[in-house]
Amino acid sequence: MALDQSFVGRTYPPTEPYEVGREKIREFAEAIGDANPAYTDPDAAKALGHPDVIAPPTFAFAITFKAAGEVVQDPALGLDYSRVVHGDQKFAYERPVRAGDRLSVVSTIESIKSLAGNDVIDIRGEVRDESGEHVVTAHTKLVARAAEEG
Amino acid sequence: MTAKIAYDEVEVGTELPPQTFPVRRDTLVRYAGASGDFNPIHWNERFAKEVGLPDVIAHGMFTMAEAVRVVTDWAGDPGALTEYGVRFTKPVVVPDDDEGALIEVSAKVAAKLEDRTVRVDLTAVSGGQKVLGMSRALVRLA
Repeated sequence: MALDQSFVGRTYPPTEPYEVGREKIREFAEAIGDANPAYTDPDAAKALGHPDVIAPPTFAFAITFKAAGEVVQDPALGLDYSRVVHGDQKFAYERPVRAGDRLSVVSTIESIKSLAGNDVIDIRGEVRDESGEHVVTAHTKLVARAAEEG
Repeated sequence: MTAKIAYDEVEVGTELPPQTFPVRRDTLVRYAGASGDFNPIHWNERFAKEVGLPDVIAHGMFTMAEAVRVVTDWAGDPGALTEYGVRFTKPVVVPDDDEGALIEVSAKVAAKLEDRTVRVDLTAVSGGQKVLGMSRALVRLA
């Protein structure tokens, strides 16, 4: 099913702030098995020039994907979310996410294409801190696989 | 940001120390909880097979998180990363046994850019198949 092209360029309101906690970062770092002390030890993070522990590079996805989820599950868009797979993912960092951040995401639908029956949607999620400074931008490509014949 | 590798000591073609990351079913359960991604294809074999997958598969974002450790461990400061992108080409299939699957990651410096930044190209293989494509990181060195 073709998606509504009028959604291209649509920007959604900023999400409610997500407060990044030290223990959430620790939990995430343990889940990926990464023992880098910059994720768990404030002194180690400070020795690298960070004001507090930082989050692993892909941590931001948990925040941006929740925001993107609200976009792609907009019934007016017409995306069959049960057939969606993750195509590409890219992050562009201004600085690492760190404990104490209160982060808000603004999601924009960058493009909608139909390729070989699959719907392909590109979403940009700009993450800013409480003072409005840019932290990271996530580029997410989602692919809704074509329904099987018959 | 204080990377421990100096830009001047790195050449195009410099190989980063490769690493192999194990992933078992319990790894995926733990990652689901930490990341908030509870899609059943990552823990429910019956559901995964119903939607046409060979078995439970790892979260793409888990594989992405593991692969970049080759870069962040090398650079010393994960905060030195300025860009990181991947394409998810094949799933990492995780069988229900004590061994699970392995994700083998290698990387090399592909280009030296401005601002003491290098581009690192990554290769991630599991079960003999490339699981990430176009996997590239930009990292600012000392």
